[in-house]
Order: sequence, then C-alpha cells, then structure tokens
Amino acid sequence: MASAAAPHAYLQQQARWHWVEIVFWLSTLLPFVLFPQYLQLASQIAITALFALSLDLILGYAGVVSLGHAAFFGLGAYTAGILSKFYWGEPLSLLVAGALVAGLVGYATSWIIAYFRHLALIMITLGLGLLLYEAANSASWLTGGADGLQGVRIRPLLDYFNFDLYGRTAYTYSLIVLFLAFLVTRRIIHSPFGLSLRGIRENPVRMPAIGAPSRAHIRKIYTIAAVMAGIAGALIAETTETVSLETLSFQRSADVLVILILGGAGRLYGGIVGAIIYMVARDQFSGVNPQFWYFWIGLLLVAVVMFLPNGILGGLARFTESWRRRSR
Amino acid sequence: MATQIAVTGAVLAARGLDKSFGSLVVASGIDFELPQGARYALIGPNGAGKTTLINLMTGMLRPDRGQIFLGGEAVTALGPAARVKRGLVRTFQINALFPHLSALEAVALAVCERQGHGGIWWRRLPDYRAAVEEAHAILASLHLADDCYRLTHELAYGQQRLLEIALALATKPKVLLLDEPAAGVPRDESGALFGVISGLSRDITVLFIEHDMDVVFRFASRILVMVGGRILVEGSPDQISADPRVREVYLGQKRHG
Ligand SMILES: Nc1ncnc2c1ncn2[C@@H]1O[C@H](COP(=O)(O)OP(=O)(O)O)[C@@H](O)[C@H]1O
Ligand SMILES: [Mg+2]
Repeated sequence: MASAAAPHAYLQQQARWHWVEIVFWLSTLLPFVLFPQYLQLASQIAITALFALSLDLILGYAGVVSLGHAAFFGLGAYTAGILSKFYWGEPLSLLVAGALVAGLVGYATSWIIAYFRHLALIMITLGLGLLLYEAANSASWLTGGADGLQGVRIRPLLDYFNFDLYGRTAYTYSLIVLFLAFLVTRRIIHSPFGLSLRGIRENPVRMPAIGAPSRAHIRKIYTIAAVMAGIAGALIAETTETVSLETLSFQRSADVLVILILGGAGRLYGGIVGAIIYMVARDQFSGVNPQFWYFWIGLLLVAVVMFLPNGILGGLARFTESWRRRSR
Repeated sequence: MATQIAVTGAVLAARGLDKSFGSLVVASGIDFELPQGARYALIGPNGAGKTTLINLMTGMLRPDRGQIFLGGEAVTALGPAARVKRGLVRTFQINALFPHLSALEAVALAVCERQGHGGIWWRRLPDYRAAVEEAHAILASLHLADDCYRLTHELAYGQQRLLEIALALATKPKVLLLDEPAAGVPRDESGALFGVISGLSRDITVLFIEHDMDVVFRFASRILVMVGGRILVEGSPDQISADPRVREVYLGQKRHG
C-alpha cells in the first residue's frame, strides 16, 4: 500500500480534489443549457442539497441524530420573509439575518443537545421542532399562521438581477451559495475539528479518555449546521417569495433525513446526490399522484437501507472499489 | 490535605474511596499511592473491582466517598477529559477504539486534541505536519507504522491492543493506568506487548492490571492485590508471592464477596 509515503503527504493526498468532484460541479451548470425550463426545480434542489449538507455535518460526521432539523430551516425562512415584508428586501443581508437567527437558536439549544444521544436525542430534537412549529402557527399575526406568510418582497440580487419567472437568477444564486457552503464543509471535514467529530461519531466514550472536549465540539458543529440550515431556509424564502409553515414541519425534517440516508451520510456528497434523486423523482411522480409518492419513497428507503446501508454513494464506492481490484 | 499528599511525593493517590452499585459494594476504603516512575501491578480475581477502581481514578465514575489526588492536587471534582489534560490517562480492558478511523488518524486525533487544535476547522489536518509526524512516530514505536493507513477495525486484534496504548501515549500521560492491556492476546504475544510497556519512559508512572502472574512478577516493581472491593495487601513481588492471604485467594480456599 501507500506506506512508503510520508504520513502528512498521505493525508494531503486524501484531502485533494478528485476529478469526479470537478466533473460533478461542472455538470451542475448543465441545467442552464439542457433544461432551461427546469431552473426553478434546479434551484429547489440546490437549496435542499444545502439543507441536507447541513444535516450531514451533525448526523453523518458527529453522529448526532436530529428529527427536528427543519426548525433551523424554517427559522431562516421566516426571518428572511418577515424582515423583507416589514423592513427591507435586500437578499444577501436577509441571508445573513436568517443565518444569524438560526445560528443563535442553534447555539442556545446545542447546550441541551450536547448532553444526549440516541433515542433521547431524537425525542428532544423532535420536541424542539414541534415546539417551534406550534409557536409559528399560533403567532399568525407575524407569520401568517397556516395560510403562510404573505407579502414577501425581495429586491433584485445585487440590485441588478431580477428573480425571473424561469429561475435563472434563483438557480445561479442558490448554486453559488451551495458551492460556497460546500467549500466550507469540505474544509471542516478535512480539519482537525472534522477529525474530532468523526471521533465522536466512532466512539463517544473514548473521546474524554483522550482529553477531547466532545460536548464543546458538538455545540460548535450543531451551531454551524444550524447556520447552514438557516441560510438554506432564507434562500427558499427569497427564491419563492413565500414562507409556509411547512418549512418548519416534521415532514421537512423527516424528508431531509431520508434524502441524506438515501444519498449516504458522512460522505460529503451524500446529501447533494440524495437531494437530486429525491427531488427529480418527486417532480416526476407527484404529477401522477402525490399520495403515491411516499409509497415509492418508503419502498426505496427500505431497499436502500437493506441493500446499501451506506446509501447510494456508499454502494457506489464499494462497487468502484471491487471493480478497480478486479481490473488490476 | 493536598499539601500532606505532596509531601509523600506520590504522583497519584487515593484516599478512602467508596463506591457501591446499589447493594453491591465495589470499592471500600481504597487507599493507595503511586510514587513517581513506579511500575505497579493491580491484581485480583474477576469482579474484584479493578476496572471500577480505574473508572473512579479517571473520573468515569464518581466515588460515593473519598478523594483522588494527582500530583498532590485533588482532582475528585474534575471530569475525565480534565484529568487527561493533567496527565492521568487510561486504556480499556475491552477495546475502545475508533473503528472507521485509520490508525494514523486516530492517534493524530489524540495528538491534535492534546495540542489544542481539536476545535480548528479552517485549516487542514495535514497542515499540522508536526502533529501528524508525532502520531506516526508513536505508531512506529509500537511497531504499527506499516499498517498505520489501515482502518482500525481492519487491524489484527493484537495490533488493536497496541493502538489502545498508542492513543493513551499520544496524550503525553504522566500516569498511565492500563486495564488488562494483554486481554485476549495469546500468551506468546503478551510478552512482546509487556516488553513495549516496560520500555516506556520512566517519566510515565504505570499501573497495570494483569492476570498472568509470570508477567506480573516480571514487569511489576510492586503489586496491589484487590479482593471484593478492598485492597487486601500491597507489597513487592517477593512479599506478595509469599503472602498466605494472597495464596488463599488465588487457590480459592477462601470465599469472598
Ligand atoms: N456500571 C455497573 N453497574 C453495576 N454493577 C457493576 C457496574 N460495573 C461493574 N459492576 C460490578 O462490579 C463488580 C466489579 O467489576 P469490575 O470492576 O469490572 O471487576 P474487575 O475489573 O476486577 O474484574 C462486578 O461484580 C461487576 O459486575
Ligand atoms: Mg476488569
């Protein structure tokens, strides 16, 4: 094996961009030429991918399970939506505001999150999510309640690019934000902090025995993930110019979890690949019968978890690995 | 109190430790001291409370009563990570490793945490070249360099036992508590493993739990015998092998509980 390489050179090699990654990101530009009529959908996919990426940071890397991650998505969406309705509609600053509010709530709740694991954690994140949903529902004077927030007005991006009907601006904007967030995520997972997160995921009992402050690490990554989810939420508010209660719902928390598991948790691209497959399939199926959609998703989820326990990307990795071995 | 301990020159000391799980007393009036640079063996039958004692010393369990002193300072109120930071480190009887990290990553993790880089997310791990090379050197000293890029769960069991120790060494311990480091290792390999342990720097004070009496007599300068949550006797290998009470325990002529 590569045991001849100096250890730091070996790690450097592992962190380097693979050509498949470059091809992947170039191909995200294809919708502009191949499917110009689907750019709105492409924008939604990019936003969902960003949301799934944020969940991957806590679930896939730190092993912190959440069934209430939509709380931060919704907070970002409502923050951007409400501010644009009552104060100003400049999209970039709204993005920052959404990130800030979600991050603050994320930081506050991370003090609870860091003390629990497994089932208790699922229940707590679920509970916090439901709590926020009901709060938004009853504060209808502010949020519009079940009718959704009306009157979201977003100014053109950089006061120049209108959010057009076809979604050109929306997709360009969402894609850039996704890519920047991806760069940050990529850096995090290759950092000493990212290694510590994987340590927590792999063995939370051993971490204190090597002097690692696991709880501080969890608080930090939970806050970062909340910020990222808040940005995704703010993006959805800006690109659709509406905010519905659905952004805070259990359904959305469950969907993003399904997306990540389908794509492969802890694999960096799992959330993105999962989002593409899930959203494109839903777009194709839901025309036929929206109830039926969850039937197929249920089936797919069971199949993936049974046969590809590490998600689609995990399965692909195993396939290419065995293929490479055979061809050698 | 703390000053009293400092005078005796012990790096690690326990004073009157009690611990019960419900009605089961697992530690009762535990008193002992480890002098700087010592090689202590902790022996006793299964269920005597040896692992529990390590859990108490390292903060993984809270004692019902009693105090723990590290370098003369009471650390009883500190959590496990804080004690590790002060140099009190343990290994586990049952492997507690990071299955999907490579051996190099696992040890680099421990080195980075010791150096305070564990929270740095904006620089890449290979940029901490000194830390990575230190991790590699520790692995090399335990004969693990050739397999350091393999995932932990792919390593042979004996290698995993060595990685247990490598993780502890990466924290730069002052006191190392080894809970049956050779547990599950074939007899002919355990000698090599203890060779590694006895080769550790004398700056590290070591207490190890071990069942194989040959190994104990070979590598320990002093021996603590624990039975039923109490320290039955402490002494040199010669004293212990001659002690009738210890013989009774080991020949099973006396029931205890
Ligand atoms: N967390 C626990 N809860 C209840 N009983 C325990 C716990 N840990 C250990 N024990 C019991 O305490 C006794 C001492 O265990 P242990 O310290 O592991 O013994 P040793 O390491 O000497 O074999 C055993 O009877 C064991 O079953
Ligand atoms: Mg034990």
